[in-house]
Amino acid sequence: MISIETHNLTVSYNRRPVLWNIDFELPTGKIIGIIGPNGSGKTTLLKAIMGLVPTSSGYVKIFDQDLNDVRSRVSYVPQRESVDWDFPASVMDIVLMGRYKKNNLFKRISKADRDIAAEALEKVNMLEFSKRQISQLSGGQQQRVFIARSLAQGADLYIMDEPFIGVDAATEEAILKLLSDMKKDGKTVVVVHHDLQTAKDFFDWIVLLNTRMVAAGPIEEIFNETLLQEAYGGKLNVLSQVGDLMKEKAFDVRES
Amino acid sequence: MEAFWIILVGSLIAVSCALLGSYLILRKMAMVGDAISHAVLPGIVIAYLLSGSRETLPMLIGAAILGVLTTVLIELFSKKANLQMDASIGITFTWLFAIGIILISLFAGQVDLDQDCVLYGEIAYVPLDLWITDSGYNLGPRTVWIASGLLLLLLLFIWKGYKGLFITTFNEEFAKALGIGVAFWHYALMGAVSLTTVVSFESVGAILVVAFLIVPPATAYLITNELKKMLFLSSIFGIISAIGGYYLAVLINGSIAGAIASIAGLLFLIVWVITLIRKRQPI
Repeated sequence: MISIETHNLTVSYNRRPVLWNIDFELPTGKIIGIIGPNGSGKTTLLKAIMGLVPTSSGYVKIFDQDLNDVRSRVSYVPQRESVDWDFPASVMDIVLMGRYKKNNLFKRISKADRDIAAEALEKVNMLEFSKRQISQLSGGQQQRVFIARSLAQGADLYIMDEPFIGVDAATEEAILKLLSDMKKDGKTVVVVHHDLQTAKDFFDWIVLLNTRMVAAGPIEEIFNETLLQEAYGGKLNVLSQVGDLMKEKAFDVRES
Repeated sequence: MEAFWIILVGSLIAVSCALLGSYLILRKMAMVGDAISHAVLPGIVIAYLLSGSRETLPMLIGAAILGVLTTVLIELFSKKANLQMDASIGITFTWLFAIGIILISLFAGQVDLDQDCVLYGEIAYVPLDLWITDSGYNLGPRTVWIASGLLLLLLLFIWKGYKGLFITTFNEEFAKALGIGVAFWHYALMGAVSLTTVVSFESVGAILVVAFLIVPPATAYLITNELKKMLFLSSIFGIISAIGGYYLAVLINGSIAGAIASIAGLLFLIVWVITLIRKRQPI
């Protein structure tokens, strides 16, 4: 089965294309990484999938349907820096947003909603912080709150923008465990990720992006020097990293 | 009795402005209130010219239309022309306000309106404009009724729209991803700000409206981490400013609106100093 299908997807800002002819079909029940250098259009791709930026051409199908028909099955985790964490709200307030829907916006928050939100907080080990003001959280805790909000939606497909950026080791561990649990439940997770070093440990599937699509497929087919160089071509420091990575392929290169 | 009416009207408007201002501050659009309060001027003048009277309703409609137009123009300049938010606010309201000034000066002979009255208002006149029924029954100042109606309307809006306002204010993108109409909430809030500004400015003037929209919510923002508390506290700070300002004005025999705005600023300063001192103390 296919989770996300894009066909000839092109997105431009001020008539300059930032995504060009993106064409892929992603499987369900996998942890999928979207990898590429800075400015390669990773975040734009997620936004285009979620209908947050206008597309110049092409289309996106989710579970073979229009986004509007399957919104309740899709959850979006924006970049952590995209919001003001000094906002006067508690952790619980934020996670409860995951229960907001177009058709319950004028209704009160129910007990069931609170239970689901608490359960989601439990899953990211943040339940004890539910009354904490969000301004008092660390970066990693903020990220976990965002993921809990997304879990509270009870979706089948999760789309996360850079969840591993600027988080502590404990949070990274917690998120990774969560992702593999979600996979076991048959959920699909699509993650924008910037770090090549960790990519091959985190993901089953990869989309290599550099404005246009370089390759998409299972990690063992995609993660080779030729394709990585094509995606990162010209960026010398990254290129040498790739070389090192290939040499150390047999070893665990992750920093602890 | 006069004192009571003035303080009541001041407080009603202060609470209306404080509630909306809290959302404006959190959306980083505090100066939109300033823009609207100035940009409604041409709407009021045109409504006056067309209706030929200082009846409240046509002026309200004229101003409300201009208020919404202001927010549309600000959105247009910032989104379509890629201009910074503050720059597009600056362009929009100075331009519209200037048109209003030109209209006033062109028709100065026929119009019982002047810049002073628009900018500063005159809350002291509130008790003079009484609502007397045909049977001769005195219902009190007209403004009290209008301001109460406005506050009730806003309370209903915030009560019913709490979730919608909350999610679109905190994280518009996420709201959009949920399929929530973020444009609806933006313009609903802006429409409410326009309406409030227009209703308020006749009695308290544009400058006090801006002070009420920004200063009490900013004061509350310093000391709370919860939106509901912020709404409540900013209303309290608004009421304290209205009461304190009135008596300060009586004491120094000065402008009531000026005194109220000064008290609001003073409250902010006091609260800020208190939070600074508290931060220094080891817990």
